[in-house]
Amino acid sequence: MPGPDRETDLTERIESFLSDLKRGGSGTGPLRGSAETARETTALLRRITAQARWSSAGDLMEIIRKEGRRMIAAQPSETTVGNMIRRVLKIVREEYARSRGSSEETDQQESLHKLLTSGGLSEENFRQHFTALKANVIEAINELLTELEGTTDNIAMQALEHIHSNEVIMTIGRSRTAEAFLKDAARKRKFHVIVAECAPFCQGHEMATSLSKAGIETTVIADAAIFAVMSRVNKVIIGTQTVLANGGLRAVNGTHTLALAAKHHSTPLIVCAPMFKLSPQILSKVNVHCPVFDYVPPELITLFISNIGGHAPSYIYRLMSELYHPEDHEL
Amino acid sequence: TKEEKQRLRKEKKHQKKIKEKKDDKEEKPVGAASQPPTQPSQKGDLAPAPAPVPVPASETPALADKPAKSKADLKAERRARQESERASKQGKKGDVGQPVPTSKPKAPPSELQPVVKRLPEHVQVDNPDVLKKLAKKLERQQIPLRSDYGYKVSLFSHLHQYSRKAPLTQQLGIPSTVIHPAIVRLGLQYSQGIVAGSNARSVALLHAFKQVIRDYTTPPNEELSRDLVNKLKPYISFLNQCRPLSASMGNAIKYIKKEISNIPSQCKEEEAKSKLLSCIECYINEKIILAAKAIAKYSIEKISDGDVILVYGCSSLVNHILCEAFEKKRKFRVIVVDSRPRLEGREALRRLVQRGISCTYVLISAVSYILPEVSKVFLGAHALLANGYVMSRVGTSQIALVAKAFNVPVLVCCETYKFCERVQTDSFVSNELDDPDELIVTRKGKTQLEHWQEVPSLGLLNLVYDVTPPDFVDLVITDLGMIPCTSVPVVLRVKNVDQ
Repeated sequence: MPGPDRETDLTERIESFLSDLKRGGSGTGPLRGSAETARETTALLRRITAQARWSSAGDLMEIIRKEGRRMIAAQPSETTVGNMIRRVLKIVREEYARSRGSSEETDQQESLHKLLTSGGLSEENFRQHFTALKANVIEAINELLTELEGTTDNIAMQALEHIHSNEVIMTIGRSRTAEAFLKDAARKRKFHVIVAECAPFCQGHEMATSLSKAGIETTVIADAAIFAVMSRVNKVIIGTQTVLANGGLRAVNGTHTLALAAKHHSTPLIVCAPMFKLSPQILSKVNVHCPVFDYVPPELITLFISNIGGHAPSYIYRLMSELYHPEDHEL
Repeated sequence: TKEEKQRLRKEKKHQKKIKEKKDDKEEKPVGAASQPPTQPSQKGDLAPAPAPVPVPASETPALADKPAKSKADLKAERRARQESERASKQGKKGDVGQPVPTSKPKAPPSELQPVVKRLPEHVQVDNPDVLKKLAKKLERQQIPLRSDYGYKVSLFSHLHQYSRKAPLTQQLGIPSTVIHPAIVRLGLQYSQGIVAGSNARSVALLHAFKQVIRDYTTPPNEELSRDLVNKLKPYISFLNQCRPLSASMGNAIKYIKKEISNIPSQCKEEEAKSKLLSCIECYINEKIILAAKAIAKYSIEKISDGDVILVYGCSSLVNHILCEAFEKKRKFRVIVVDSRPRLEGREALRRLVQRGISCTYVLISAVSYILPEVSKVFLGAHALLANGYVMSRVGTSQIALVAKAFNVPVLVCCETYKFCERVQTDSFVSNELDDPDELIVTRKGKTQLEHWQEVPSLGLLNLVYDVTPPDFVDLVITDLGMIPCTSVPVVLRVKNVDQ
């Protein structure tokens, strides 16, 4: 009987993923990049959709929420897990609405019109059963996976619009996105990169060796020298762990100092962050008591470069509504 | 008769012309060297006077390589001129040799005098002529030349970069006939970082000089005041090669040279030596030990119960202040911020914890995380520049920046002997580059930067100092009182008038 085997197989995979997550955040730095985590989470959710027992969209959403809560509890600092879960939930809602035949754009967006005209709460209880729902949801999740695979390249493609020749660019720590961005620009332009090593883990050293192997003039400096050299820097380009709903960042420690120094010298601060790092959490619910991460307020950030283009920090909240449904902000 | 008078007048004019020509010639190589666009050693608010001021003989080491005209003649002329100048200027500053025209009675001599100083050699490493001159000078003084190490970042190609593993003392013979052994030991201690921190270095220097003076005997036919200064010059070059001199050391050396040259020629040798030794003792006592007591007294007024004080690195003065405050039963706790690669904060932590002060220890990247808890920031300084900028260990400006962003008061503690007349606005034009290999570290079993020399486009930068702009600093506590950062040139002027 394929049923119980599939179930046990599914639970096994979920358990192994959870234990991976727990091990990954043991304080010695993430063992895997957030892109991989996002991809694995989405793949796992696709598997849950395919193999778990559910009859209506509401059931599916309940299952995803339950498993999602367990995943988030395993590694609270890895926010991409939660983000992917919310994306998938939104996909389910959309597919359900599409199957029902109602146009979903006006339903989901919080517009002034909707606020004024909607009387009672929406009567969606997602109880109706649609046969094509499963296939549609899985197809949409596949699209999401393709999008995830292309994010780094999409961001890197925008590099030449932002970096010109003979610039001095500063970065901190190790970000795969920022690394790809700089390497792509280096294929056509010559510039100089200064990497702050970001003690105590000193991930900046890896970044520097990798960039210098690509032929970019790189210099490694200690964290203490960030302000001292900032006067000669033209741009600061960094990656981040999470983008918060107000346009602020949760990034590796030392980033706040870097942002303040850049602000003092009026140097633009550019953050390369793919969309799956956008998290609907607001600051009061974010734990910042492990100093592995810094909170950087949105006033210090000049530009966000994501796979869908460049945005100002004040625009981030609008993207939130496109990616996630407001009811899913609290899982 | 009239003709005779005319003839005499013509001769005088002719002589003056020759003298001026000689001065011009002497000033030309000097002037050319100080032409480069960045001139941190010139006072920013003074325009250089049209007539170049001849720098007194004690400041120019290049007496030997002067052109043609018989050297003995020139020496005699200058000596005569100097004696007359010295006789006429009893209590005024001995650095600027030109007699002050009496049309400027109010302003103290140093304020409006053009300061035509030479750009120090250690910020002109990219100029091959300067390097050649230095090599010749060192050869004459029989001191080995230290070679630069490793790939230098292009922004800093004008500075030296040495390796800790190749100290200068390896190139000296044992026993060294040219350099006093106390100085050799001191040079080694400097280059290996055994003696570090501006107060410690100055005190060590002064003690070594005391030893040199004790062992000194005047050779026959020489005057102590001139010969001893000449003896000290190769020692200073040697120490400069081991590790560039700090501002406090520079001031101490200036003081000693002035004291030595002010010894009257009829003084007996023993008397002169004991006088010098007591001068040095007095300097150390006044400028360092008593100053620390005075600063501690002022600072304790600023520390209240329940304070959380943030300190950076290991400043002997700040540690002293905190220990004193603790003795006076103030209740506070300390957060020690440290940074790679020197990790000097550990030493400060050790000293404070030994006294029983409760401390927290963080790295500089976490400073924006703990700053909301902090009530005051106490920083030490390496030097205070004449435009109000604070030169201190790299990372200090960063801490001041973040403290300003969080509205936490920043107090800098500095003795007046560290005030220096240079001006500087960024950390590039004049700095010190430490051994780049110190940045290499092993994490999780991998040493990423181990083979950095083999990768052509990779450079490591290990800065030692940086400058903090005065708008980040709220108060400077000195032995003369508590002043704002911008009052530094006022203090310098007052000091010069006193001297």
